[in-house]
Amino acid sequence: MAEITFNDIIKPENLAYKKSRLMTDNILSYCPGCGHGTAHQVLAEVLEEENLQERTIGITPVGCSVLMYNYIDVDFQEAAHGRAPALATAVKRLMPDKFVFTYQGDGDLAAIGTAETIHTCNRGENILMLFINNGIYGMTGGQMAPTTLPGMKSSTSPYGRDVSMMGSPIKMADIVAMLPGTCYVTRQSVNTAGGVRKLKRALKKAVQYQNEKRGTCFIEVVSNCPSGWKMTPVESNKWMEEHMFPFYPLGDIKVPAE
Amino acid sequence: MAKIKGAVVVDRERCKGCEVCVVTCPTETLALATEVNSKGYHYCYPANPEACIGCSNCAVVCPDGCITVYKVKIG
Repeated sequence: MAEITFNDIIKPENLAYKKSRLMTDNILSYCPGCGHGTAHQVLAEVLEEENLQERTIGITPVGCSVLMYNYIDVDFQEAAHGRAPALATAVKRLMPDKFVFTYQGDGDLAAIGTAETIHTCNRGENILMLFINNGIYGMTGGQMAPTTLPGMKSSTSPYGRDVSMMGSPIKMADIVAMLPGTCYVTRQSVNTAGGVRKLKRALKKAVQYQNEKRGTCFIEVVSNCPSGWKMTPVESNKWMEEHMFPFYPLGDIKVPAE
Repeated sequence: MAKIKGAVVVDRERCKGCEVCVVTCPTETLALATEVNSKGYHYCYPANPEACIGCSNCAVVCPDGCITVYKVKIG
């Protein structure tokens, strides 16, 4: 048999993986190795595969992902800092046939927007909330966030987070799982290929529950912040596995009864 | 026995050289180049293209979506 060459393989019929058609060609503004980019790719893939491009409205937050509307080719609305769930509530109630999602970081969802987050989940609005938790305020220069781990250094806690003075980190997914309005709460990661594929399955489940109007779906993605943590992307992923995952264990927290 | 052979194509200008794909690759196909792209990043490239099995792990974890994967079944 003749030896197969590199150029013989690169043909459209042999395509195994290509970036989603919903991702625009704009170069992402994120730092090298940032989990936001991976989360965007997965979200775009799910929206494409579920044929949701025409009826999706995304709510972008304030934070690193503020320019998300430049990267995913669906309709977007920009919210004030922390108010994405409130805006999503309004959009969903006015246009109940749309698929509405919010995409927020920990500064947006767990700090300034805590009230909106908790009350939206408590009311059980039919929206998907995607929460990217990297334990730090990435965009503003690595300040301590409510989700910063005990003893973790940041620019405003240079000796590490002192729990006696600054309190313990908030586990938002566990908090909203206790509320009756949420239907599906899960915690996933994007540092490995397996983690990304699990997140994709979780997003598909959330889309299904949204189509059935079963309540709020809340997906937390434990992510890295190489610039804020002052590490290389590979080191930050390793650090995340060693320190973040024991505190924020991955897996489903609340699944609806079939 | 059927064997699967893959090929990866990297968009060098989009790549930010984060190395996440390099550590994810199970067959050590990818590596960072010694040269840089126009933004000054050491882009990733298939240093050992013969080893590729087309698993798409590199493309799935790439935060910037710069990897396209092809695969064929041979034999």
